[in-house]
Amino acid sequence: MSKNILEVKNLKKYFKTPKGMLHAVDDVNFFIKEGETLGLVGESGCGKSTTGRAILRLVEPTSGEVNFEGKNIVDFNGAQMREARKNMQIIFQDPYASLNPRMNLGQIIAEPLLINKVFKERKQVTDRVKELMDTVGLTPRLLNAFPHELDGGRRQRVGVARALALNPKFIVQDEPVSALDVSIQAQILNLMQDIQEELGLTYLFISHDLSVVKHVSDRIAVMYLGKIVELSDYNAIFKNPLHPYTQALLSAIPVPRVDAPDNMIILEGDVPSPVNPPEGCRFYGRCRYRQDICKAKTPELREYEPERFVACHLVEELQK
Amino acid sequence: MSSKTDNKKDKDLMEREDKLKAKELTGDDAVVKNYQSQTEIHAHPGEVQPKDIDVKAIEPPKRKSQWAEVWKRLIKNKAAIVGMIVILILLLTAIFADFIAPYHYSTQDLQNVRMAPNADNWFGTDNFGRDIFSRVVYGSRISIQVGFIAVFVAMIVGGALGSISGYYSGRIDNVIMRLMDILLAIPGILLAIAIAAALGPGLVNVMIAVGIASIPRYARIVRASVLSLRDQEFVEAARAVGANDFRIITKYILPNCMAPIIVQGTLGVAEAILAAAGLSFIGLGIQPPIPEWGAMLSTARTYIRDAWWMSIFPGLAIMITIFGLNLLGDGLRDALDPRLKG
Repeated sequence: MSKNILEVKNLKKYFKTPKGMLHAVDDVNFFIKEGETLGLVGESGCGKSTTGRAILRLVEPTSGEVNFEGKNIVDFNGAQMREARKNMQIIFQDPYASLNPRMNLGQIIAEPLLINKVFKERKQVTDRVKELMDTVGLTPRLLNAFPHELDGGRRQRVGVARALALNPKFIVQDEPVSALDVSIQAQILNLMQDIQEELGLTYLFISHDLSVVKHVSDRIAVMYLGKIVELSDYNAIFKNPLHPYTQALLSAIPVPRVDAPDNMIILEGDVPSPVNPPEGCRFYGRCRYRQDICKAKTPELREYEPERFVACHLVEELQK
Repeated sequence: MSSKTDNKKDKDLMEREDKLKAKELTGDDAVVKNYQSQTEIHAHPGEVQPKDIDVKAIEPPKRKSQWAEVWKRLIKNKAAIVGMIVILILLLTAIFADFIAPYHYSTQDLQNVRMAPNADNWFGTDNFGRDIFSRVVYGSRISIQVGFIAVFVAMIVGGALGSISGYYSGRIDNVIMRLMDILLAIPGILLAIAIAAALGPGLVNVMIAVGIASIPRYARIVRASVLSLRDQEFVEAARAVGANDFRIITKYILPNCMAPIIVQGTLGVAEAILAAAGLSFIGLGIQPPIPEWGAMLSTARTYIRDAWWMSIFPGLAIMITIFGLNLLGDGLRDALDPRLKG
């Protein structure tokens, strides 16, 4: 298969809080192959967004490596990072907050071009902006409109156009559709997929919406409390989830049938605090299968089957 | 399909038709073809438009500049117009004081002291027989200079300090804001008095004194706005496309906190005029015989029982000026916020 465009190794992001260190992202490892979409799912507060931002160094990682096309961007200085960001972009969750209300669409989409001095002449910039607007399905007539004049879907298209302006190879999509209503969600998702095919982009798709992730992802990583608990092919994960948390998560997808058997796994308790988490499996307190080893030792993400990674001591036992 | 989507479709369709007209592709065939491509686009919004339309050729409707839009909204506001007229009259008075005033501000007529308003002296005369109307007219020059220049300086310095403080936070923030706290701990007028006393009396020193005394207010306002904007996603987006700190502050953060600064600024002009009057009152401000509304007022205080005109007219001048500035400030705040655009 194609090579890995992005490799994340032992990525950690801790935040200092008055109570202690908050382990938002704790020792995360994964890779993304060129041209694929990796879905990153998990409940709120599990560190998905922080992971996406740490990859772009929008938040500075505490430690670890982010290798983009073989180079560790965590070591990059300002100028190198600016160069690297031409290839790595992000689309944000809230299309209402991610556009500067004082700029019109033309200015917003032109910003990446102007900052990086891509073109010499004003006319070229405007042409490129119109081209981008066309790519994302916005009529160039809206060039002088302000963000507050548009609906959520169109705003998100502006966000997409801005991310595409510098011809990136890799885009982090941080819950790009969770603020939109369902009919618009489909439009944006299809738009993103069409653009991906056309331009050969690689996506990291962050979402808490399983049906959306299922729709767009080639592979899926499941995150729980700062750690990846399972990572594998999208078919495999939906057919046979290995990790107890993934099993519970997937069982929560509603089935649109009245007579469907109720197989939902109800987890006990709450998500523990990510501040100073204890040694051992993060899921220990809520796991149905917990054993002593789970409390004593933190399970590493390991390859259970080819291309299937799981972080659970008991997976062999459970699969029998 | 929701009606919203249908509407959107209609709208897009209309837009597309316009484009076609622009390309002179009329006739039934074109419309049918156009409709088909339109539905296709809707099924896959990412679809590139048909090749027969050159998007680069499409000109968006001409828009006025942002300031022209602000102006348009401002003149819709009646109160703001009143404020503007007042300020305009004040400016014109200051500029053409030599032509408007019937007498020079220091011409004394000791035979006609404390004359009530009459045909020769519209606002009466003061205790040296000087024409109060002329003095009020000339006084506008001093007040405008002190008010606007002091506030302008305070706004620039305070704004810069506040944005650095709010944007970088941490130690820089602490140092700057503790300095501002020291300034704030001393009442503004007292601080101005101390500075004016140290520098000596005079117009420039009054402006410096009043300006420095109001720096912390702008620093605080700007810092608070910057703090609330700094972590917004559009700032993060700017960083993601490689914008440096200077660009982020000047193009993303400051334009979004203009409204409170401008409102504070117009009120600040009013307060600066009052502070300058206060300084003149205690002899640290503008020196006689140069007319200054505040100084005139404090002289008139002694005679308020039998010469009401001596205090009424400078007082009215101050009041109307401040009233006009406040109306204009409110109007500007509304006009500057594009979200309120009708």
